[in-house]
Amino acid sequence: MSAQDEPGLAIQARGLTKRFGDLVAVDHVDLSIPEARVHGFLGPNGSGKSTTIRMLCGLLTPTAGDIEVLGLQVPREAEALRQRVGYMTQRFSLFEDLTVRENLEFLAAVQDIPHARAVQRIDALVRQYRFDDRQQQLAGTLSGGQKQRLALACAVIHEPELLFLDEPTSAVDPESRRDFWEKLFELADAGTTILVSTHLMDEAERCHRLVILDHGKLVGDGTPKELMAQLDGRTFEVHAAQPRRMQPALQQVEGVVSVSQVGNALRVLVSDQGDIASRLRDALTRADPQAGMQAVSPNLEDVFVAATHRARTDVENTERAA
Amino acid sequence: MNWRRLFAIVLKELRQLRRDRVTLAMIVGIPVMQLVLFGYAINLNLRGLSAGIADESGTAGSRALVMDMLATGVIRPVAIAHASPELVEMLRRGQISIGVSIPPDFERRRLDGREAVQILVDGSDTVVQSAALQLAQVPIDSSPAARAGVQQRLGPDQVVQNPISVLAFYNPERRSAINIVPGLIGVILTMTMVLFTGVAIVRERERGNMELLIATPVSRSELMVGKVLPYAVIGLIQTTVVLALGVWLFHVPVRGGVPAVYVASVLLILANLTLGLLISTKAQSQFQAMQMTFFVFLPSILLSGFMFPFAGMPTVIQWLAEVLPLTHFLRIIRGVMLRGAGLFELWPDVLALIAFTAVMMTLAIARFRKRLD
Repeated sequence: MSAQDEPGLAIQARGLTKRFGDLVAVDHVDLSIPEARVHGFLGPNGSGKSTTIRMLCGLLTPTAGDIEVLGLQVPREAEALRQRVGYMTQRFSLFEDLTVRENLEFLAAVQDIPHARAVQRIDALVRQYRFDDRQQQLAGTLSGGQKQRLALACAVIHEPELLFLDEPTSAVDPESRRDFWEKLFELADAGTTILVSTHLMDEAERCHRLVILDHGKLVGDGTPKELMAQLDGRTFEVHAAQPRRMQPALQQVEGVVSVSQVGNALRVLVSDQGDIASRLRDALTRADPQAGMQAVSPNLEDVFVAATHRARTDVENTERAA
Repeated sequence: MNWRRLFAIVLKELRQLRRDRVTLAMIVGIPVMQLVLFGYAINLNLRGLSAGIADESGTAGSRALVMDMLATGVIRPVAIAHASPELVEMLRRGQISIGVSIPPDFERRRLDGREAVQILVDGSDTVVQSAALQLAQVPIDSSPAARAGVQQRLGPDQVVQNPISVLAFYNPERRSAINIVPGLIGVILTMTMVLFTGVAIVRERERGNMELLIATPVSRSELMVGKVLPYAVIGLIQTTVVLALGVWLFHVPVRGGVPAVYVASVLLILANLTLGLLISTKAQSQFQAMQMTFFVFLPSILLSGFMFPFAGMPTVIQWLAEVLPLTHFLRIIRGVMLRGAGLFELWPDVLALIAFTAVMMTLAIARFRKRLD
């Protein structure tokens, strides 16, 4: 991968593990995140995204493993790190009973930005994030999209080198989401390294690079293009009169990873072992002679399904072996 | 400690407080309500107490005295008795609250400067007792000349006894109602201060603010001290309300001076606030914090000496009471306000409050982690 070409690493983690009692939330994850650009942390709910981010910020102590963020050892040097990173929590964590401007003022002071510069910075952020006529509005009365925008403004008030965002837009409409991502790219262009976790495909697609987590394990790493290219020749679209009835028949074919309905068609993802395409075609004609099938280019959802599926079969195989 | 960050936290707390109407109402509402409730229940200017009178002397002087007593309006005659034992009987039955007993040799005693009249009081009620004391101030001889005559006859070395003596039944330890107002400052501060800070940190954890705060460079001590300071100011406001109303409505004396009262209050406020913070680091929810607050509040009210005399408690309970800040505050504030004592004379209790604050603050800071696990 292209990690060597990058100027330096913002985050490096080796054997990162976090256990909560019996539950292994993060399981020996190795990460190397280069500086600048937007890096996506993709994974289903409960895959360990939030836990990993919290460990990288020094909010959770890892059970095992080493973390180096911006050249600092975490959690040992977490306090020194706090002035250089921004963190936007999954849940809205600003003070709902303070106004937009008061929240910004509070964080500027807490980040120890000198007063005169803080005023300038807040004015700039208010303009940039379009809060001009809402400065005196209580944060609790903002809409979902506005809240996210304010949270981002607060997270970057001290112009951090590295920004962690934990599922920032999972609860807002597509319009606000697009707007939010514009801001992220602006920040990335200015040289900020951004690590954003998500389970939304359209968000993942926008990232420069993706890390896929499943059940606390790293199951994919690369640019969206690279990841999709790995699945070339493994995705098909099936057209049938009654796609819903076809689904069970296709699922039984050996080597089929997943079958999902998209409108009137079925999208089939197969594994990379052997000539599954011809087996699939046979099964199809047996079930419905009129049905048609064609190869399609893989999308990010296929990547996601393939990656999380592989992790699961790996677990099953090791269980069987043991 | 970074002052700018500390100030930011104080300012944030004050701004949030300004928008929290319920808490704002509690800040002034609780002291006023408690003071008025307690204050009028302990009203010193009682009037119309039912009285029994046994005038065994029946002289012009004794009759004049009885008339003077009735003229004060404090007592209202409901029974005439022939002798003192009859009054005691009426007292026990609850028929009267006060008995005025004038012995047959009233005139003789008066001339000798001995006790001439006895007032029997139902001492189980401290309020009645106070009223009786007031009654005892009624002069037997209105004219100063008559008093001087007695003094002259006895010679300058002898002390003229107050001619009316008060004998309290059923409650040998005289607890003046005035005791309650200084104590009330302590009770109100204990209740509100522990409660306010008790929920301070849990609330931010419940609302999700804590994850944001601990991801910033704010230090533990900045956060703790910043949360305590605004409430210390509020505590002083409450002290002022109780003190002002106490002096104005109930004429509570402040013999040791106002500054000493405030110093004592600051000591109690800090002790309670730091205790609240410790609760806050321990509690999982705001509701739990409330429960823990009451766990501290009830023993404070019952064991500190506010309601029951400290001296009367079993030794073990006394040890327990020594741990409570309110116990020490009560000793200080009663000393200062009622006996005119200085803080230096009360140093063991002053020191106890300072030590309590230091221990609680240290524990709270030590318990609070800038981590989520």
